[in-house]
Amino acid sequence: MEKYWNESMECATHNEMRSLQSFRLSQTVRRVYENVKPYREKMDAAGVKPEDIKSVDDLYKLPFTMKQDLRDNYPYGLFAVPMEEVVRLHASSGTTGKQIVVGYTENDLEVWKECCARALTAAGATKHDFMHVSYGYGLFTGGFGIHNGAEKVGMTVIPVSTGNTKRQINIIKDFGSTFLCCTPSYALYLAETMEEMGITKDDIKLKGGLFGAEPWTEEMRQEIQNKLGIKAMDIYGLTEVIGPGVAFECCEQNGMHINEDHFIVETIDPDTGEVLPEGSQGEIVFTCITKEAFPVIRYRTRDIGVLKREKCSCGRNLVKMMKPKGRTDDMLIIRGVNVFPSQIESVLLQLGNTAPYYQLIVDRVNNTDTLEIQVELSPEMFSDTVKSLEDSEKLIKSAIDSTLGISASIRLVEPKTIPRVEGKAVRVIDNRRKKQ
Amino acid sequence: MPLIKQISIFVENKPGRLKAMTHILKDNDIDILAISIADTKDFGILRLIVNDPDKACKALKDAECTVKLTDVLAIKLEDKPGGLSVVMDTLFDNQISVEYMYAFFSKQDGQAAVILRVDDNEKAAQVLEKAGVSLLTGEIIGKM
Repeated sequence: MEKYWNESMECATHNEMRSLQSFRLSQTVRRVYENVKPYREKMDAAGVKPEDIKSVDDLYKLPFTMKQDLRDNYPYGLFAVPMEEVVRLHASSGTTGKQIVVGYTENDLEVWKECCARALTAAGATKHDFMHVSYGYGLFTGGFGIHNGAEKVGMTVIPVSTGNTKRQINIIKDFGSTFLCCTPSYALYLAETMEEMGITKDDIKLKGGLFGAEPWTEEMRQEIQNKLGIKAMDIYGLTEVIGPGVAFECCEQNGMHINEDHFIVETIDPDTGEVLPEGSQGEIVFTCITKEAFPVIRYRTRDIGVLKREKCSCGRNLVKMMKPKGRTDDMLIIRGVNVFPSQIESVLLQLGNTAPYYQLIVDRVNNTDTLEIQVELSPEMFSDTVKSLEDSEKLIKSAIDSTLGISASIRLVEPKTIPRVEGKAVRVIDNRRKKQ
Repeated sequence: MPLIKQISIFVENKPGRLKAMTHILKDNDIDILAISIADTKDFGILRLIVNDPDKACKALKDAECTVKLTDVLAIKLEDKPGGLSVVMDTLFDNQISVEYMYAFFSKQDGQAAVILRVDDNEKAAQVLEKAGVSLLTGEIIGKM
């Protein structure tokens, strides 16, 4: 028998949900129009007034919000409440190294906990369980998001954060962790390290896990489930909207239910911006309808996905989002971190004497993402001594590592050897895709 | 100052690169007098002393190679135990650091010679000559 955290919302009929969404949407739009200048200017430019938005059917009239809008208004330009009401900040990386900052009021944190609590309950977690959180704690939303949701459920939370894998395994074993939360690639890495340590799945009490923050395949799910002896659930979220918990899987493990009472979802044609009928593949767009501090309106996620509204065997009526199938931009997710090729370009240009020709080789070795950056050597950079070339490599590496927030290996290559298509270099070779 | 021009070429560690470079030299009738390669995991630096460094440099650049001309010292040595230690003593005493070196035989008289890359060419040339070490010039090398 499936358990719900909030049955009245999760199992509400479509009509009930729709009228709640319409009410919350019109309120949010009015508040945002009054309090956030950039939203007001965009609506004015589009000739839309708050009173024009009476229901979800009017949503299409509102202008989109792009990632660039968030960057342009860094850090607090899109906040809809005074800072004294903001009790928490989180941030995510952007293409230029400039972060995107989001804020939460006390009530926003409650909404977030609620969303995560639903996800955890759907995964089978109860207050009798021990939640091992291996997501990073910090500006990244993963750690704190799941942590607070798990506490809300009443779970015994173990805030391990990232790193020191052997210690993590000892904690799982000794503390009796029953649920695990981390990136799917880290889950597999944990499983492998466990094998090396001679610990089997029978030695541990794990029975379930929630994994997200990077794309993963059905094959990876099977592997995680088999190796750790658990049920592995997908969880979806993005910092701009709230963090993990925007959508979550139920026992069916086939699509993620979106918390529609907090977020209205649309699919649009990424080229024309036209709203597509539910069931068509398109870019996923979210509108926050309960958030106070940072309510994004029609935020374009760049994720390509499909929505399915059908009676789910779990009993929930929340619309399901099938696993995102890709992105409309060139963003890569490497070890859970967003990486844009343009970040590397800007680092190389800042360093001066390197050619802006580079290639990213992304791979997955031992279930961990690897990133190699090949940089074409410029005549100015070349020297007859190995030491000075290695110094150049180190300089590039430290600049890139600190911009991306993850470690990359640098490889200098001969000029004009990176393949060019119509004069433009092929920026990314993602070997992970071949392995999927 | 008796300095000679060395050609350094960036070589990626992948099959066929050395073959391609030696063909460029062959097609331009360049004679290699001395050669050494410094290697790391991902790349190497091919260092050459040739009969016509300017021509070789241009040919390699035209073929999109990353090339650099560097001034180095060429030293004629007595081919007997201790021949090189005089040179090292002199450099050490004058606090001159050696970046790299490699040896070759002079075609002219079959004597040993060493290419030296130091952090201060001018000072090294001065102190070595003072210590009685004979330095080869580009003209002599070219005729070798």
